[in-house]
Amino acid sequence: MTKVSLPVASMILIGTILMMNTSIADVSVARQTELVYLLRQDCGSCHGMTLRGGLGPALLPELLIGKSEQFLSTTILEGRPGTAMPAWKGMLNKADASWLAHQLQRGVQ
Amino acid sequence: MIIRVFCAITLMLSANLLHARGTGDLGIVIERASGSMQIIETTGNSSLGRIEGLGDLSHASAVYSRDEQFVYIFGRDGGLSKIDLLDKKLVKRVMQAGNSIGGAISQDGTLVAVSNYTPGGVKIFDAGTMQLVADIPASYGDSTLQSKVIGLVDAPGQKFVFSLWDAGEIWVADLADRSNPVITKFKNIGSNPYDALITPDGRYYIAGLFGEDGMALLDLWNLDSGVKRILNHYGKGEQKLPVYKMPHLEGWAIAGRYTFVPAVGHHEVLVIDTQTWKEKCRIEVHGQPVFVMARPDGRHVWVNFAVPDNNTLQVIDTQSLSIIKTLTPGKGVLHMEFEPRGEQVWVSVRDEDRVAVFDTSNFRQITTLPARKPSGIFFTSRAHKTGL
Repeated sequence: MTKVSLPVASMILIGTILMMNTSIADVSVARQTELVYLLRQDCGSCHGMTLRGGLGPALLPELLIGKSEQFLSTTILEGRPGTAMPAWKGMLNKADASWLAHQLQRGVQ
Repeated sequence: MIIRVFCAITLMLSANLLHARGTGDLGIVIERASGSMQIIETTGNSSLGRIEGLGDLSHASAVYSRDEQFVYIFGRDGGLSKIDLLDKKLVKRVMQAGNSIGGAISQDGTLVAVSNYTPGGVKIFDAGTMQLVADIPASYGDSTLQSKVIGLVDAPGQKFVFSLWDAGEIWVADLADRSNPVITKFKNIGSNPYDALITPDGRYYIAGLFGEDGMALLDLWNLDSGVKRILNHYGKGEQKLPVYKMPHLEGWAIAGRYTFVPAVGHHEVLVIDTQTWKEKCRIEVHGQPVFVMARPDGRHVWVNFAVPDNNTLQVIDTQSLSIIKTLTPGKGVLHMEFEPRGEQVWVSVRDEDRVAVFDTSNFRQITTLPARKPSGIFFTSRAHKTGL
């Protein structure tokens, strides 16, 4: 097992937080509004406008516990082959998807 | 006293006067985000009022009573609402499931059926009292599973026909004896039927398949011959585009011997020969089609598209099988509805909070009406059409 000293671990942690913040900060306020609209109106075609589900599963925070932001954002970008979930990477970039994943986890305002 | 009686009579008379109109030119516009709907009329193209408190109306649809006085709204949240168009009042609202997708009204107008995702199945109500008449869970496999139900339509002989998304089955429910529904099941019809339609004569039921190429065809006049696969080779070996929105098969875009349906995952409208059920040709269009609807005379077919191309409408000429017009009414074109004889078409432009009315002969916009995030538009003329 590789030992990581506390200062290094802290730096990694801080670095990760900074990266996360950077990717979220990359999404402008105007874009955030667009993304929430897209989430409710277009993702809502299958997941329901209130995200309580439809042809696709419900996307409420309590149902997403245990699913990482990485998993959610990859699902958004790449879709789920063999299901009706399409890959959204033609319309959304990584920062968009991470921001949306983060919103889904904490509950969309 | 005399004054009171006089007042009462005046009130009664004015109430009668308010009711002294037909309903053949009425319709509704669903306002999906606010749980409301507008009642509109197509003679002067105006709004007559708004009904609120209808729950989650994202993906809502509607059917009409045969007297065209009542409209039944199927909400996403399982709410079934009955509204009086003349009184402009909610008559009754039943929360009948957790998650619903659509419904139908029986041939004789006495039964309203709702297709549900959660719990998966169909519930049938008395159209008058809104009391539950029959509950048909869409059980499949070892019967512990319940499938989401889509593509519910009415068929002649007090029947309802619907498809099971998870199970890949088509069921025919015969309600001739309403207390004892008889169900005929057709299994292995294909993977993930996403929507279905019935021909205007009530003979053929066709389900579109999301999970594989082709469509499933059931001849209701010859149930014994089972479900036949059509357009089997359509799209084979071709890379599908991501499907951002499921196409709809509501309505039957038919012109002469040809019918027009949206392709899944392709920027194409498929033209099917209804004599042979073979593909006649494909028409390349602007995006992935959602609704493909024929003007009532069948001369033109109007098409709208999934996001990100949902600002556009295209018109196909059914003689030349080519696109003759491309319109851009605005962002979020979700639905269109033709007036009964087709001279005008109403288009919901969700992201601009308005409904636009076009002249179908010259494609000019005649008027526009404000509406909150409008989606489905449904006119009372549907009351007398099988499958609508």
